[in-house]
Amino acid sequence: MKDWRFLIREQRGTLIAMALFVVMFTIYVTNHPAGFTLNVVTTASNKGVLLAFVAMAQTLVVVTAAIDLSLGMIFVLTNCLASWLVAGSPLETAFGVVAVLAAGLACGMVNGLIVIYGRLQPIVTTIATGAIYFGIALLLRPVPGGEVNQDLADALTGKLFDRVPASLVALLAVVLLIWIPFRRSLTGRAAYATGSSEAAAYMSGVPIRRARFVAYSLAGLLAGIGGLFLTFFTYSGEASAANGNTYTLYSIAAVVLGGVSLFGGVGSAIGAIFGAFVFRTIGDLLFVFDLEPLWQPLFQGMVLLLAVCLGAFRLLQIRNRLDYFG
Amino acid sequence: METNDAQPAARPLIVLTRWFDPSVAIAFGCIVVLLLLGSLYSPSFLSPEYLLQQLKVASFLGVIATGMMLVILLGQIDLSVPWVVALGGMMSSAIAAWGPVGEALAIPFGIGCGIGIGLLNGIGVAYLRIPSMIITLAMNAVVQGLMVVHTGGFSPQDSASAAMRFLATGFIIPNVPNSVLVWAVIGGLTIFVLTRTTFGRAIYAIGNSERAAYLSGAPTQRVVMATFAISGGLSAFAGVLLAGYASKAAQAMGDPYLLPAIAAVVLGGTSILGGRGTYLGTVAGVILITLLQSILSVMQIAEAGRQIIYGVVIIAMMLLYGRERSASNR
Repeated sequence: MKDWRFLIREQRGTLIAMALFVVMFTIYVTNHPAGFTLNVVTTASNKGVLLAFVAMAQTLVVVTAAIDLSLGMIFVLTNCLASWLVAGSPLETAFGVVAVLAAGLACGMVNGLIVIYGRLQPIVTTIATGAIYFGIALLLRPVPGGEVNQDLADALTGKLFDRVPASLVALLAVVLLIWIPFRRSLTGRAAYATGSSEAAAYMSGVPIRRARFVAYSLAGLLAGIGGLFLTFFTYSGEASAANGNTYTLYSIAAVVLGGVSLFGGVGSAIGAIFGAFVFRTIGDLLFVFDLEPLWQPLFQGMVLLLAVCLGAFRLLQIRNRLDYFG
Repeated sequence: METNDAQPAARPLIVLTRWFDPSVAIAFGCIVVLLLLGSLYSPSFLSPEYLLQQLKVASFLGVIATGMMLVILLGQIDLSVPWVVALGGMMSSAIAAWGPVGEALAIPFGIGCGIGIGLLNGIGVAYLRIPSMIITLAMNAVVQGLMVVHTGGFSPQDSASAAMRFLATGFIIPNVPNSVLVWAVIGGLTIFVLTRTTFGRAIYAIGNSERAAYLSGAPTQRVVMATFAISGGLSAFAGVLLAGYASKAAQAMGDPYLLPAIAAVVLGGTSILGGRGTYLGTVAGVILITLLQSILSVMQIAEAGRQIIYGVVIIAMMLLYGRERSASNR
């Protein structure tokens, strides 16, 4: 009995995000003209997974009490790269996929190396590296275009066995292959320890540097997977600064909605995924309620603001006035 | 204790370094190096006209960076800059279309809207204790939504009032653009507030430790709220100036200012963790960023190359003087 209480307490943010998503998606589906069909779910999941990948990436860095503002640009860069490489024969395509993922990983590693060994503040470092990644993306794709292996793209954006959206399966695979092993490893635990209190983690001999380096690198890799999927959805590459910035900012929003603390050490990528889904569903809700598209940004903003303000309820539990400033 | 130990000759040095910390000196040094490198390419980089033109371009970023610096000194950040800038520009030009009364109210109304949004940010951060990165991000989305509804999704048709144009492009003193004067006045006021008023000292104190500041009797929540309001007002004011400069407000006119403003503040030696930094450094950072962008575009380097060089230079300069102490030294 007690174990359950601890578990629920630990995963509270994730559970709230899940509940929020279920409520919103139910409202969405029940008001959708087509109802709860596979096509509706596939479209929704295709829209959601892109942000979900970037939000997972952001989680890894945020857990170490830092933030990565270059993730949107890595997302755009890998999109541009994939529009060159992921095409042609199956072998060429496979090579392209590996190269794109390696590029994402490399971008994350560069971030990590500069932040850790250069001892620079993550916010500024990733602003600067983001500019570099965007520059490279522009070199690759001065104008939107390119192509992608359509069979692979259609397979990954369609339905698997005519039963489940393939993009959701891919997301699940990434969670199982990257997030769960990371979370359960010593390095992953060190990342959480670093985020909770770097000084205490250092004093206890936790491998801080390795934890942070792995967190940044995997974040780059996950953003790269996101970029790869963007290419599958659009069949092309585009070096769009607006797109990059939007994904960076939305990933922060998704992470917060998913119950990951920006102060570090609390939260999980699962929560961030549901945070991303919630954020996407907010936008979709407008269409089913037949509101003017003009009102969508305002509605999305208001819901985000409201969700953020709900966090203020924890103030009611504060007994000591000094805890206000903690 | 250290005054007893210090050599008599060392004291002026201590005073000097307090007034002029090394990161600010390096930032100004980088400006000189940039200008010299530019002059190798074309001598016109050292001409007064070019420099004044650069100062004029820098003044918009300077006004925004002033607000950003105050917020960063608190240890917070203001991500609502892009659309508050647009809000200032759009609201002031919208009011300016209402005849003579509107013309007169245009500038104060634009700034007032920004202060209002900043106030809401401040309430969220100071009283609801929401991380500033989140509440300002959400507020940015809300203001964007409001502006999209206001303009109907098209670029706004109202043009800037004569006063706004005068403030941004006119000359009170010959050869010195008014926008530079505006920045100078705002900068002077900021230096006064930061170094000579309890409000300014409280900002630094809160940035170092809000708990300690609260315990020593500073009205920390009010100070935080007011600082965000000032930041919002300054962003909107920059929007008013930009609308006057282009004689029109535009969608997404504030987007290119958020990241450069943060970069300028940090390159000027202000710690992003708060509590440390001088306004002179921010001035240096703003000029540095503006010069860098200008020189790269004059050299006709393509956008891609400009972005890469821009990023590399920021990292290189941060490595020169922006390094934190390692965990083992803290």
